[in-house]
Amino acid sequence: MSETFFEILRPGVNTTIQDYGRKYLYHIGVTVSGAMDLRNHKLANALVSNNTQEATVEFAYQGPLLKLKNGKINFAITGDVFFKILRKNSEVENGKCYKNYVLEQEDQIDIISTKNSVYGYLAIGGGLKLKSYWESYSVNTKANIGPNNGKKFSMNEKIQLKNSNEVQASDKKIDYKSELNNFIRVIKGTNFDYFSPESQSKFFSEEYSVTNLTDRMGMRLKGSTLENIKNTNIKSEGLIKGVIQVPADGNPIILLNDHGTIGGYPKIAVVISADLDKVSQLTPNTKIKFKEVSLEDAENIFKSYLSETNKYLNEIN
Amino acid sequence: MIKNISNLGDASVYCDFGSEVNENINSEVIKYFNYLSKLVKNKKIEGITNLSPSYNKLIISFDLSLTSFSNIKNSIEKIQIENEIKHQSKNIKIPVCCEDKYGLDFDRLTKKLKLNKKEILNLYFSNEYFCYMTGFIAGMPFLGDLEKNIRCDRLETPRVKVPEGSVGITEQFANIYTFESPGGWNIIGQTPKKIFNQNETENPALIKPGDRVTFYEITEKEFLNWNE
Repeated sequence: MSETFFEILRPGVNTTIQDYGRKYLYHIGVTVSGAMDLRNHKLANALVSNNTQEATVEFAYQGPLLKLKNGKINFAITGDVFFKILRKNSEVENGKCYKNYVLEQEDQIDIISTKNSVYGYLAIGGGLKLKSYWESYSVNTKANIGPNNGKKFSMNEKIQLKNSNEVQASDKKIDYKSELNNFIRVIKGTNFDYFSPESQSKFFSEEYSVTNLTDRMGMRLKGSTLENIKNTNIKSEGLIKGVIQVPADGNPIILLNDHGTIGGYPKIAVVISADLDKVSQLTPNTKIKFKEVSLEDAENIFKSYLSETNKYLNEIN
Repeated sequence: MIKNISNLGDASVYCDFGSEVNENINSEVIKYFNYLSKLVKNKKIEGITNLSPSYNKLIISFDLSLTSFSNIKNSIEKIQIENEIKHQSKNIKIPVCCEDKYGLDFDRLTKKLKLNKKEILNLYFSNEYFCYMTGFIAGMPFLGDLEKNIRCDRLETPRVKVPEGSVGITEQFANIYTFESPGGWNIIGQTPKKIFNQNETENPALIKPGDRVTFYEITEKEFLNWNE
């Protein structure tokens, strides 16, 4: 049986394989990686009846143009994505996100762009055929870790798919509503008291704007500069996803999935777990505001986040 | 001893062992790190996803859908490390070529330290270093302590690209750039030895926290013909 695969006719801006990311490797300098928007990654898999641990294709802004070879598949795209399905008989269908589709041999998926968001996810029924590295398929392009030699996809490469026997039309879909507000909830960081009282209050009262110096490693913000009254460096220590660190120039940086594992800048705050998917979808020039919550609040908000995800998962099944 | 335990965000525990950087405090951190790693490996504790030991802190990340700050904090407070599992500390020897082509910052170092290149290298190579932590980029070791006379601030403007294998010094520390990366350390040479290899699934990082490292000088010819 010949192998089913996608031929990449256009790779897109930053198209990589992602899953839940890696564990237990911070101590050797290997970061978590994984899907930037974990909920959408999960929902994409669920829409094609995959285990939610399966890898998906993550794309940013302009996505790939893919042609299916030797087979037939089910697929679904999640996020806020503009895409078309180009059938081999030249018919063109406008694609809908959060919906299961069947793709025939020689059909193409043209992922034109994300809308008012950064990342989208493509899941294939049965999954992708990949080698895992430390129990994860996630690609980390900064350290070249993961499948495809740890690199983003380029022209004329192939995405190998597992052959699935049970391809049939499915009515799996959900009515997904993304939460649109620009409040990012945070917990004060371990170095909050390094900043002047004025800066502490500005941090929570003024708007910050997302700059284009934003990628899978982190998001640089611009706004009121934060004045450090103690020390602009700390002894290097561990970092986690969601930490907001402030270098000597006073502009905060939110660390995201491919962040360095150790750093020496003071941590003013940490984004709560429930808001990380939302943060990763912020496009440059978006204005955001930080809102302080307690640990207990954050834990409760996370419970609602999980039950909302489960509500969507139940809608699919 | 852990001096203070607090939360860093809603999904990690921040254990503070003190503010100084020295081998004693760091050994405490590594002791806890080894102990917790074993608990995680033997599935004796639920939900931990990562452990980040550094000079004097240990950050424990966890999956908030499986556990919580108070759970992990309680477990940590109960830990009594009696029969300490001695870390099997290795002695690792790293070859370095210090020809000017690879040792990029001798002009700066000789001026700042008021020592000539040979004096700097003698002091550098005669010491044995302790690995406090690894990270920033995959496998990068943070080694110390440098002899007092060769301690120097980092570059005012960091390099956009430091070549892979570069050996750097700053303040009391030495490191090795395991990948090409931006960086501000003073570069004194380059090693041909692979320090991090993702295909070695079990042991990708050659140098681990608690290990001891010595460096020795090789010629450019040896550098270019290096074969592992």
